[in-house]
Amino acid sequence: MTISAERPTEVNDMGDGPPDFIAQPKLRRHGLLGQHLGTAIIGGFLGYILGHWLGNYIASGYPYIANSGQNSIAVLLALALMVLGWLIGIGALNYPFAKMLGREAKGEVEYQGWTRYFRYNLDHKVVGIQYVVGVLVFFFTGGLLAMAIRTELLNPTVHVFSADTYIKIVSEHGTIMMMMASSVVVGPLGNYFVPLMIGARRMAFPRIEAFSFWIFSAGYLVIFSALFFGGFPTGWTGYAPLQTQAGPGMISYLFGFAIISIGMMAAGFNLAVTIINYRAPGMTWSRVPIFVWSIIATAALLTLASPVLLAAGLFGILDKTVQTAFYVTEHGGSSYLWENLFWFFGHPEVYIMALPGFGIVGEILPVFARKPLFAYRIAAAGMIGVALLSFFVWQHHLFQSGINPDMRPLFMLTTELISIPTGFIFLVGMGTLYKARIRYEVPMLFCMAVYFNFLIGGVSGVFLSDVPVNVTVHGGFFVLSHFHYTIMGGLIFAFFAGLYFWLPKMTGKKMNKKLGLWHFWTMFVFFNLTFFPMFIIGLLGQPRRVFTYAKNLQTLNDFSSISAFLLGASFLIFVANIMWSQFISPEKSPANPWDSLGLEWQTAMPIPIYNFERIPVIMTDPYHYSEPGAPALADFGQATMAASASPPSSSTSADQ
Amino acid sequence: MAPETTQGETNHFRRIVYIWIALSVVADLLFWFLVGPHVPPGRMTSSAQGDQLDFNILFVIGLPVLIGVWEWLAYAAFNWNAKKKDAPESVGGPKAWGNKRTEVSWIIVTSVVVVCLACFGIVELVVLQGAGGGEGPNPIWYPHGAIQAETAALAGTGTWSPNSNDVLPVQVIAQQWKFTYRYPTFGGFESPELILPDDTSIAFNVTSLDVIHSFWAYQLEVKADANPLENNVAFTRTQQLGNFVVRCSELCGLWHGAMFNYGTVVSQAAFEKWATATEAANAANTKDLPPFEWTYVPDANGAAGGYYPDGNVTPYSPVEIYGAKQPS
Amino acid sequence: MSKGGRLAVVLVAFLVVAGLVVFGVAQLLVPGVPGGVVNFTDTQAAGQPVHLTVQTVGSIGFGNHPTWVSYLVKNPHTGKWDHDTSWELPANTVIDMTVYQYDSGSPLRNQEWGQVQGTIGRDATLNGKSFKVYDSYTGNGVGHTFAIPALNLSVPMVGVAGNPCAVAPCHFNSPHNIETFSFKTPGPGSYNWQCFVPCALGYLFGNGGAMSTQNYMGGELEVVAS
Repeated sequence: MTISAERPTEVNDMGDGPPDFIAQPKLRRHGLLGQHLGTAIIGGFLGYILGHWLGNYIASGYPYIANSGQNSIAVLLALALMVLGWLIGIGALNYPFAKMLGREAKGEVEYQGWTRYFRYNLDHKVVGIQYVVGVLVFFFTGGLLAMAIRTELLNPTVHVFSADTYIKIVSEHGTIMMMMASSVVVGPLGNYFVPLMIGARRMAFPRIEAFSFWIFSAGYLVIFSALFFGGFPTGWTGYAPLQTQAGPGMISYLFGFAIISIGMMAAGFNLAVTIINYRAPGMTWSRVPIFVWSIIATAALLTLASPVLLAAGLFGILDKTVQTAFYVTEHGGSSYLWENLFWFFGHPEVYIMALPGFGIVGEILPVFARKPLFAYRIAAAGMIGVALLSFFVWQHHLFQSGINPDMRPLFMLTTELISIPTGFIFLVGMGTLYKARIRYEVPMLFCMAVYFNFLIGGVSGVFLSDVPVNVTVHGGFFVLSHFHYTIMGGLIFAFFAGLYFWLPKMTGKKMNKKLGLWHFWTMFVFFNLTFFPMFIIGLLGQPRRVFTYAKNLQTLNDFSSISAFLLGASFLIFVANIMWSQFISPEKSPANPWDSLGLEWQTAMPIPIYNFERIPVIMTDPYHYSEPGAPALADFGQATMAASASPPSSSTSADQ
Repeated sequence: MAPETTQGETNHFRRIVYIWIALSVVADLLFWFLVGPHVPPGRMTSSAQGDQLDFNILFVIGLPVLIGVWEWLAYAAFNWNAKKKDAPESVGGPKAWGNKRTEVSWIIVTSVVVVCLACFGIVELVVLQGAGGGEGPNPIWYPHGAIQAETAALAGTGTWSPNSNDVLPVQVIAQQWKFTYRYPTFGGFESPELILPDDTSIAFNVTSLDVIHSFWAYQLEVKADANPLENNVAFTRTQQLGNFVVRCSELCGLWHGAMFNYGTVVSQAAFEKWATATEAANAANTKDLPPFEWTYVPDANGAAGGYYPDGNVTPYSPVEIYGAKQPS
Repeated sequence: MSKGGRLAVVLVAFLVVAGLVVFGVAQLLVPGVPGGVVNFTDTQAAGQPVHLTVQTVGSIGFGNHPTWVSYLVKNPHTGKWDHDTSWELPANTVIDMTVYQYDSGSPLRNQEWGQVQGTIGRDATLNGKSFKVYDSYTGNGVGHTFAIPALNLSVPMVGVAGNPCAVAPCHFNSPHNIETFSFKTPGPGSYNWQCFVPCALGYLFGNGGAMSTQNYMGGELEVVAS
């Protein structure tokens, strides 16, 4: 029995347990057999070597390659074949190859055991956990680079790194973080919980979903490889023609973005189709959880904006390898072309990062406030509004770049307008908290921090959207602080909220509350101490990405750097918490520790591979907290109803 | 949150609003009078002063927003805590799902504020003649006399003298990794120093010889990206004497962080003296510079930095070059 | 596995990963002064002019990038030519600089750099003859410039004809030009210096490669209080 055949969604008539074909999977693979991360590494390595040799064979005679002594074509082919080898090695291409050859795809199996997390696994829950690890690896790599940046900025004249190394670090930090952040919630939590929240047994395209993870991890390797090729000097924005001038490390950036954008398109497309088509009976759009609304808005952006990045990256690769002139003005191209293509993607990209954060906060707040989500429809409308408007604001990154001056009032207006739907999430949050009975668990604290941080980030965005003020604050530490407040303060805090909230469901083990509180408070305090002074540093005239600055700004920079080191240390508390509560001394978690009404919490523990024994029939939305006599959430058949609203006094012990 | 309370129950909403109004008024007044006049970058030019006003208005409007949300969060933390002994019963049920009046008011108020801010920003842009930002090669907001001054500068007939109220065109040439400046009204000499006259409208014409840079004169409140083969024009009017710093604010390679220089705004007489003296001192080199143009094409040759230097000096290209006079 | 056993495994794994990361970081990241600093502060008595001798070569011939152009400096203690562009100089002191220029030249992208700027006397000597401006479209053009942007110092290095020396360090039997000039160091600090002739072969606009890597065509002056 293969997964490729359509899996029936209705259970067997007897209603006495899981369907046969799921209960007894035909094939099992264990240990080192079959395809797994090890074979992926071998495949990638072989592909890399083949590509590098091929590139040298083809291109070492080209004049510009012979003169410079650096072969960008070899790097490109090496990375491309490395990614191909990686995908072949993990087994991502087995099914397409089999089908192309007109054969049955016989190799797919139901994996069991701990090795399934290292394989090309079609269970969305496994992919979710794989993403958690992947995203944390990205995050900590980028974070280490950030520590290096702040070390260099401790002193304007004593340089820890050489100037070319420093630029390399800055560029790598930004790129790794942005690539991580575009999937940090959609990847782990979106993939894991969207089918559970909509009452589905699986994703619409499990293979595409698994593919999106493995290409995401290949993208990490590609981007990280830049450090081995001499890095790239352009920052994460990659402006041409500096990118055309740069060495082969730039190919890692351009190709890495191409790879990541393919993964983003895959993930977004899969999620959108799943949410539209796989909702359980009775789940009308007005009963869809707010997190799922945020994911579908994000999925639309992922699918529609990423192709632009792919095209832009492709042009850049052509410019660098075969000397086309898309971005070289003197040859007939335009340096403005990259800027516009990049930011046309880049602005929806930052809303890809912001929207899932809003979704998590909207999902968690009612659970701990014991109140329904206030103005649910407005929240959903806000998500859609932000997604739509995000395509119309990109020129605000380019106000001073010499664009047609008529455009500036227009984009100032659209940028100011996008703050209206963004503000809806504050209306919803404040309304939900009004007269609530708030339990301050760790996820709730992170959500409150999201509101605090995103408020500062959002208001500073209004300053940036005003063109006269933009003249001072663009390109300096003010805008840097703005986007760190919105992306890190908003999205990353929301990610941790989601992680603390949902990990008991994902792994069956509770996270330690004391360590969680320590993690929260140190992260929150030091985050603000790191980034708030940067608003002032920016107003006082320090540009971005510089290794030296005016002497009178040293005190502020030092304050920011020390706080950043402590912020980095706060993540060690998180790592200690994960290690302690998941591996060293795990405590089993009850099935619904937070007393949530969400559909994902109504599954058995551990969640069976088929999610729901029977597809539930949804009868209402999951926010009927503190409402005596509220209707049950769903009908699971066999006279089983999901828990209806329970008064706080009868909640389980987990929250005390 | 239309407060529906029974007699005697605290009206949380009203309480929050009163505290909010009080805090906002106090904070706004404190900011406007104590901090506002000192907001960087100061008042050395018209665009700097206008930006200061803009910033202060935005801050005065933003501060109540910040205070409102923070106050709400703090109030929730203390008063709507599940652990509080006399915590009110939570308002579950249909009343908690939404409140039409609140939602509509929120949408209307935020929309009005935001649209007003956008309009205010546009007005400031026009009044400040581009507010010191780069407007591209065809600016639409410019000080009186700018177009004539620029046209004359290109034709080589431009002049500037003290008390004439002429616009002074200054070309900013960005290259990796230093800004140099050309003064077309003084024979087109090039100098690494930026000296400007007081009480004058300046037209900065920013271009690049290689990659994208950004000319950011901090105290002058001027920022214009330097693109190759593009002329990006920004205007401002100096109104105070003093020093200012110019920093590159677009990552342009290895020494981007070191790409800065200092400039000075001096009296008009002192400026003319410096300009004519430098014009004379640099005359030998100026005749080797190419004629003044808004943009320059790098030599298509080899090691002088052509497109892809290959080490061979190939015959010169016929297009406008930035190098020296073409040999006949 | 017992709790203690699990704890041990996790700690060991963490230390291994941390060790790998630190090792990788140490390998990949180049310190502030890549080749170390060549120290000139102890070569003369305080207040006396310091002699600084460098050469410019068309291709260095060794190391990671043998085809790249580079500066080399004559170490005042060993007399050998070091591949190092970070020099420690005393503050507020006159520096007498000598450049042996072994590379070919070409017209300047910006003829502004054909002017001698920022030196004492606003001039330099070329093979013994003083000059203030060099027209890069004459003769063999300009090969490189020595510029300290923060001090507004810039001196063009006139190019040579004939085959430039292909492996550094070069010697007098290769065609060369000798230039001398003097400048005064400011107060203590770190000042970068660079070349303004974009001569990195194979890179767009010539400013990649050697121009964008420390220790080749750019470096730092570490000026310390004497």
